[in-house]
Amino acid sequence: MSFLSLTEQDREQMLETIGVDSIDELFEQIPVGVRLGQALELEPALSEPELVVHLTELAARNIDTGREVSFLGAGIYDHYVPAVVDAVLARGEFLTAYTPYQPEMSQGVLQAIFEYQTAICELTGMDVSNASGYDGTTVAADACYLARQATGRSRVVLTEALNPQVRQVVKTYAPGFGLDVVELPHRDGTTDPDELRAAAGEAACVIFQQPNFFGCLEPAPDLAAAANDAGALSVAHVDPVSLGVLEAPGAYGCALAIGEGQSAGNYQSYGGPHYGFLAARSEFIRRMPGRISGETVDSEGKRGFVLTLQTREQHIRREKATSNITTNQTLLALAGFVHLSWLGPQGLRELGETCLALSRYAKERLSDAGLELVFPEKATFKEFAVRVGRPGKEAIRDARAAGIHPGYALGRDYAGLDDALLVAVTEKRTTAEIDSLVEVLAA
Amino acid sequence: MKLLYEKSRPGRRASSLPRPELPAAEVPEELRRASPPRLPEISEPELVRHFTALADRTFGVDTGFYPLGSCTMKHNPRVNERVVNLPGFRDLHPLQEEDASQGALELMWRLQEILAEIVGLPSVSLQPAAGSQGELTGLLLMRAYFADRGEGDQRREIVIPDTAHGTNPASVTMAGYKLVDVKTDPRGNVDVDDLRGKVGPQTAGLMLTNPSTLGLFDEGIEEITRIFHEAGALMYYDGANLNAICGISRPGDFGFDIVHFNLHKTFSQPHGGGGPGGGPIAVREGEAFRLDYERPKTIGKVRGFCGPFGVFVRSYAYIRSYGPALREMSEVAVLNANYLLARLKDTYEAPFDRLCMHEFVLSGRKLKREHGVTTLDVAKRLMDYGFHPPTIYFPLIVPEALMIEPTETEAKETLDAFADAMLAIAREAAGQPELLKEAPHVRPVKRLDEVRAAKQPVVRYRFEQHEDPQGAGEARQLEAQKGA
Repeated sequence: MSFLSLTEQDREQMLETIGVDSIDELFEQIPVGVRLGQALELEPALSEPELVVHLTELAARNIDTGREVSFLGAGIYDHYVPAVVDAVLARGEFLTAYTPYQPEMSQGVLQAIFEYQTAICELTGMDVSNASGYDGTTVAADACYLARQATGRSRVVLTEALNPQVRQVVKTYAPGFGLDVVELPHRDGTTDPDELRAAAGEAACVIFQQPNFFGCLEPAPDLAAAANDAGALSVAHVDPVSLGVLEAPGAYGCALAIGEGQSAGNYQSYGGPHYGFLAARSEFIRRMPGRISGETVDSEGKRGFVLTLQTREQHIRREKATSNITTNQTLLALAGFVHLSWLGPQGLRELGETCLALSRYAKERLSDAGLELVFPEKATFKEFAVRVGRPGKEAIRDARAAGIHPGYALGRDYAGLDDALLVAVTEKRTTAEIDSLVEVLAA
Repeated sequence: MKLLYEKSRPGRRASSLPRPELPAAEVPEELRRASPPRLPEISEPELVRHFTALADRTFGVDTGFYPLGSCTMKHNPRVNERVVNLPGFRDLHPLQEEDASQGALELMWRLQEILAEIVGLPSVSLQPAAGSQGELTGLLLMRAYFADRGEGDQRREIVIPDTAHGTNPASVTMAGYKLVDVKTDPRGNVDVDDLRGKVGPQTAGLMLTNPSTLGLFDEGIEEITRIFHEAGALMYYDGANLNAICGISRPGDFGFDIVHFNLHKTFSQPHGGGGPGGGPIAVREGEAFRLDYERPKTIGKVRGFCGPFGVFVRSYAYIRSYGPALREMSEVAVLNANYLLARLKDTYEAPFDRLCMHEFVLSGRKLKREHGVTTLDVAKRLMDYGFHPPTIYFPLIVPEALMIEPTETEAKETLDAFADAMLAIAREAAGQPELLKEAPHVRPVKRLDEVRAAKQPVVRYRFEQHEDPQGAGEARQLEAQKGA
C-alpha cells in the first residue's frame, strides 16, 4: 500500500519498543465478542493507473456542462471559474491544513478567512460574516436558530418563492428548534409585502430570496421593512454574483443576509461541496454560528489573526453553543474569495450586467418565437420561467436530444407550472447558444 | 503581511469577461446597487503572489507532522484530486437527468455499499455535510422513530459520556433533546454503574465515540449495549474515531443502530483549512428508519441535493486504493499511536495505564506543578521544532491534556523526531522554562492575544480606519515585519 510509510523492520522495532509481540496484541482491548472475525468484503484494490481508468469511465457516463449547452440553474449555476482559483486551491498548505486552532501555525488561512469575511460583508452590506456554513440550505436553518434565540419567538415565515430545497431543510430542522414553519404564497412570481407583514406578526424571522427561485426580483426593500415592522428578523437569501448590480441587503434594512456561495468560485460538482454564507448586523455577533476569524496582536504588538468569539462554539460551550458546526467549508469559501478578488468591483458589476443582458435577450427571443413568459411583468436577473406548451420533462428530453439542456422543470415544485421551465443564463452562454435554445423550444 | 484590501489600487483588475454587444438591461432603480462593494482591485500577478504568501504562512499535512488528536490528519493522496477534477464529475449539474448522471449515481451507490460493509449497517444516506450534521440527522431520526411509536413525549433524554466531543451535546440541544452526562471510570471506560442509574423509559438514546476521545476502546461496550436495548433506547455511534477499527470491529455488529462517518478523517478528504467534510450516516434496516426524503415517514432533507459529491469521489477513490486491506490502515494507525505513547509515557503522564488505539492522551500537569509551564507552552514550543501541536485541553476530564493522533501515514523517523522534540521540551521546561513560555520563536507571529480578539472583536477589514489610500506608511511598517 503506497500511502503507508513503515517498513517491516520499522514495525518490528516499534512493536519491541511498545513491548508486544504482534499488532494483534494491540487490539486485545476490544472484547472478543465485538471483533470482526473475517475480512471486509470489499472489491480488490486498484493500482493508481487502474483507479484513474475506473473513475474516468464512471465520469464519462455523466453529461457535464462541457458536453451539453446548459441553461440549468435552480440554485447551482454554470458560471466561469477562473484559473487562479484552481491554482490557489492546489496549494497543499491550504488543501491539507485543518481548522486553525493554533493560530501561529495558520496565519495564512486565518488571514484568508478574515479577507473572505470582509468580502461577504461588503457584498451584503453587513457587519459580520462567519467563515462559512455547509451550503445555501443549512445557513437558512442556522438563521432560524439564531432568530429563535434572539427573539424568543417560535415561528418562521418562508416565502414560497424561496428555493424549495432551502424550505425543505428548514422544515427538517424546525422541530428540533421548536419552530413552526409558515409558507407564504407568491403572487404572480413575487411576494406581497402586506401579506408578509401580516404573516410576520409572531415570527422570529422571515426569509425571502433575491432574486427569488423563479429568477424574479422581489420588492426586497418593502419585504425587509414589512418584516422589521412586525418585529421579525428580516433575512435575505441572495446570489453573491448578483450583488454587483443589485442592492445589498444591509442597505435596505435586513438583519441577516445568507446564501449559496457556489456562483462565486465553485464548480457545480453535482451539488457539492460548496459553501453557504451567513452575515449579520453587529448586534448579532455573539449569536453567530460557526467559525469567525478576528484581528488581534501578538506579544510584540504585530497584527495577527485568531479564531475568535469561541465561547459561542460547541467545543467550549457544549450544549449551550450557538450551533454544532465544526468542520465548515473553508476551502470552498477561499475559492469564492479568490474569484471575487479576481473580479473586483468592476468585474462583478460587468458579470451581473452580462447575465442581465443575455437573459433579457433570451426572454425577448423566446417571446418573439411565441413562447409565453410565466411572469412577464416581473424584472429578473439571470434566470426566468417560461411556458413551453407541453410537460417540462418532454421539452427537456427533446432539447437534450439536440445537445441543449433547456432548464429546470418547475412542475416538480409548483402546482400549475407543469409546462414551465426555469431557464438560467450565465455569462458563459452566447447569443448563438440562446438562438439554438429558442429553436429547440419553439419547435 | 498586508491584507489584499491594502494592496488594492483603484482601476486595477485581474478579470476579463465576455461583453456581448447587446442593449443593457436595467435593474429597477429602487433595487439597483447604489455604491459598489469594496472588493480588492488587484492584478492577476499580485493576486497570485498574495495567495502564495498566505499559503506559505499556513501549515498543512503536506508541510509536516500534524498530530491533531481526533482530527485524523493523514496524507491526502493526490490521485484523488486528479479524479475529482475530471469534467464528468466537476462540471456535472446536480439536477441533470438521471440517464445523464449514471456515473455519479453509480459512484454514490458503490460508496454506500462500501460504507455499509465497513460498519455493518445496511442503509446509508450520504447527504449530511459533516460529522456534526450527521449527528443531528441521527438524532432527528431518533425523534421521528419514537414519535412514530407514540413514545416521542416520553423519551426526551440523550446520554453522553463526559469525554464526548462538544458537537454531541450541541447536536442534542439542536435536536430539542435534553442532555444527560455520564462519568468515565478509572480505566477510561464509561462508568457503567453511573450509567445504570441514568437510563430508563425517559431515555431516547446514547451517543458514544468508540474508541473514545481518550483513545481507548470501551471494554464494557457489550454491557452498555445491553442496558440501552433493555430500556428500549437507541444507540448512536459517533464515527470520529473510526480510523482505529476499520476491518477490525463493526459498530453495527456490536449493537449500534445509527453511525456517522467523517469522510474527511477516515477516508482522506483533505481538510481544506477547516472543510469541506462529509458526514454520511448508516442505519439498521427495518420499519424504523427512512432515508429517502420522498418517502412518507421521512425526516426530510438536511442539505441541498445529494450531499458533498466531490467528497464522495475522493473517499471512494481512497477506499478502492486499499480494497480489503483497509484493515492495514487501522492497524498501522494503532501501531503508530502506541509507539509514540511508549516513547512518551514515562516523561509525560499517561492518565490510563493501557495500550491505546489510534490516538492517546497525555497530561502535562507534572510539568505545570514542577516547572510552572503549561500544556499551552508545550504546544507553542513544538512549533519551533517544526511540528503542528496536538489537540490540547481536551478531553476536559484530563488536566493539561495533550491529545495525540499520529495517523498511519507517518514514517517512523517522523514519529521519532516528534518524540525527541517532546522529550527535549520536557528537559527545557526544567532548565529553561522561558523558552517555552515565550514560544513560538520562529513562526511569522509570536504568541497571539486571543483575549483581546474576543473582547474587542474586529472581524472584518475596517476601511474607514485605514484612510491612506496608498497605504504607504503602513506598507513600510508591515514589510519590515515580514521577515520575522
